[in-house]
Amino acid sequence: MAFDVQKIREDFPILQRKVNGYPLVYLDNAATTQKPQVVIDSIVDYYSNYNANIHRGVHSLSQEATDAFESARQKIQKHFNAKNPYEIIFTSGTTHGINMIASGFSGFIGKEDEIIVSAMEHHSNIVPWQMLCEKTGATLKVLPMNKEGVLLLSEYDKLLSEKTKLVFVNHISNALGTINPIEEIIFKAHKKGAAVLIDGAQACAHIIPDLQKLDVDFYVTSAHKMCGPTGIGMLYGKEKWLNKFPPYQGGGEMIKEVTFKKTTYADLPHKFEAGTPNIVGGIAFGVAVDYLNSVGFEAIKTYEEDLLNFATHKLLEIEGLKIFGTSTEKTSVISFNIKGIHAYDIGTIVDKLGIAVRTGHHCAQPIMDFYNIPGTVRASFAFYNTKEEVIKLVEAVEKAKMMLS
Amino acid sequence: MTIEAIQKELIDEFSMFDDWVQRYEYMIELGNSLPLIDEAVKTDDKLIKGCQSKVWLHADFNKDTILFTADSDAIITKGIIAILLRVFSNQKPEDIIAADTKFIDEIGLKEHLSPTRANGLVSMIKQLKLYALAYQVQLNK
Repeated sequence: MAFDVQKIREDFPILQRKVNGYPLVYLDNAATTQKPQVVIDSIVDYYSNYNANIHRGVHSLSQEATDAFESARQKIQKHFNAKNPYEIIFTSGTTHGINMIASGFSGFIGKEDEIIVSAMEHHSNIVPWQMLCEKTGATLKVLPMNKEGVLLLSEYDKLLSEKTKLVFVNHISNALGTINPIEEIIFKAHKKGAAVLIDGAQACAHIIPDLQKLDVDFYVTSAHKMCGPTGIGMLYGKEKWLNKFPPYQGGGEMIKEVTFKKTTYADLPHKFEAGTPNIVGGIAFGVAVDYLNSVGFEAIKTYEEDLLNFATHKLLEIEGLKIFGTSTEKTSVISFNIKGIHAYDIGTIVDKLGIAVRTGHHCAQPIMDFYNIPGTVRASFAFYNTKEEVIKLVEAVEKAKMMLS
Repeated sequence: MTIEAIQKELIDEFSMFDDWVQRYEYMIELGNSLPLIDEAVKTDDKLIKGCQSKVWLHADFNKDTILFTADSDAIITKGIIAILLRVFSNQKPEDIIAADTKFIDEIGLKEHLSPTRANGLVSMIKQLKLYALAYQVQLNK
């Protein structure tokens, strides 16, 4: 099926609305993507037709809801090519998943140990490890990057040692769009006996990570960045790791047997899903995965690459505009500044023209410190954005520049 | 001039503009034209951190009034600071404490004073009132 962006846009009701009197141009997809009608419908359908608590009821409604929730898990397992469905843990999102792993790992980290994180991490990726290091006395090492926003693998070789217990890198940088060479990062870490956690929040709307092929130990992502609802995400962990970890929270659903003397924990994945999960979220996450596959990841990749090249080229025609993150391997994210103008001012003016971009440090202050800037304007594109929208962005930035200089 | 009178004057000024472009151009002009703060007092302890833009606020007490100076790294934020200083600076502490910022809605700049906007302005107003409160306590001693 040929890729027809106009037809795809019809799937997203929000793209029809106006903002400040102008048709919405939504270019903040790295923060969250919009939702297609099928995902919205699946949420309404669940609450209208088969809302029930799962896993415990013998009644039919509960069975229907349980089947839908568990088949979503299987769908996600197949999509990411995990070996087993129970290696997919539903979380509230990427941050939740990272904290679960940090918590699980705390029993396996000692004073002499080291954790490596990359220099281009989101705050949510830095803080849990700092906390873990404070608690255990372990050392946090930072894998540096160069001016193009590319990780320095030669430095990685120097940082890695037998002391390294965990390596944590995002698949794609939220602030720069760089696609990191995670295959090599994982391979090298494993040679030293270290486990690897990849944050795929920015990746999964653009590419399909093959979890078995990557041989990654942990992979986390959020549904809302891949056309699904907020408040639901995935933690993939290799069975051997998840079995070693103690439960993250106590509660219902995660137990096998409870007496006042001892509780036996449930098997995977329920051991990590205490309490009533986000049932509708899990189901809608599955629908979002189906939707993206129906559009086709190959088609998405080709289309977005073309859009990124077009936007990069057009934006660079603006005098004084500088792009941060110029790796040859990047997704459709453009972080930029105009000489002498604050990102906040540009964001404010383009918003008045109906264009949604992100401004600020994108929760990645270390990156901003690296470039010695307070922040950037970030335009992040999805497969439903068009070249016409890119032109509107360029015109709006030109107008902002004119007003502000 | 009283705070209320200045607010009324600002509302009248802004009512002359037909659209947001004119409003923002005026604000940018205000931001650009005013010498807002002495570089020497632009120190870290005067800095109000917002995730979007930074604001520096400094207070000088002058007999029974407070003279505020302020600055920002973003020009639109600076424009709003200029408006706020016109209203709040050179006023008596009790009047500053009692004053509200509803006029910002009326001149069409409401979104800039949203607590979720993280541009430092909401904290600036809070800080401005805290200075007024502190000075009032000092005066009454």
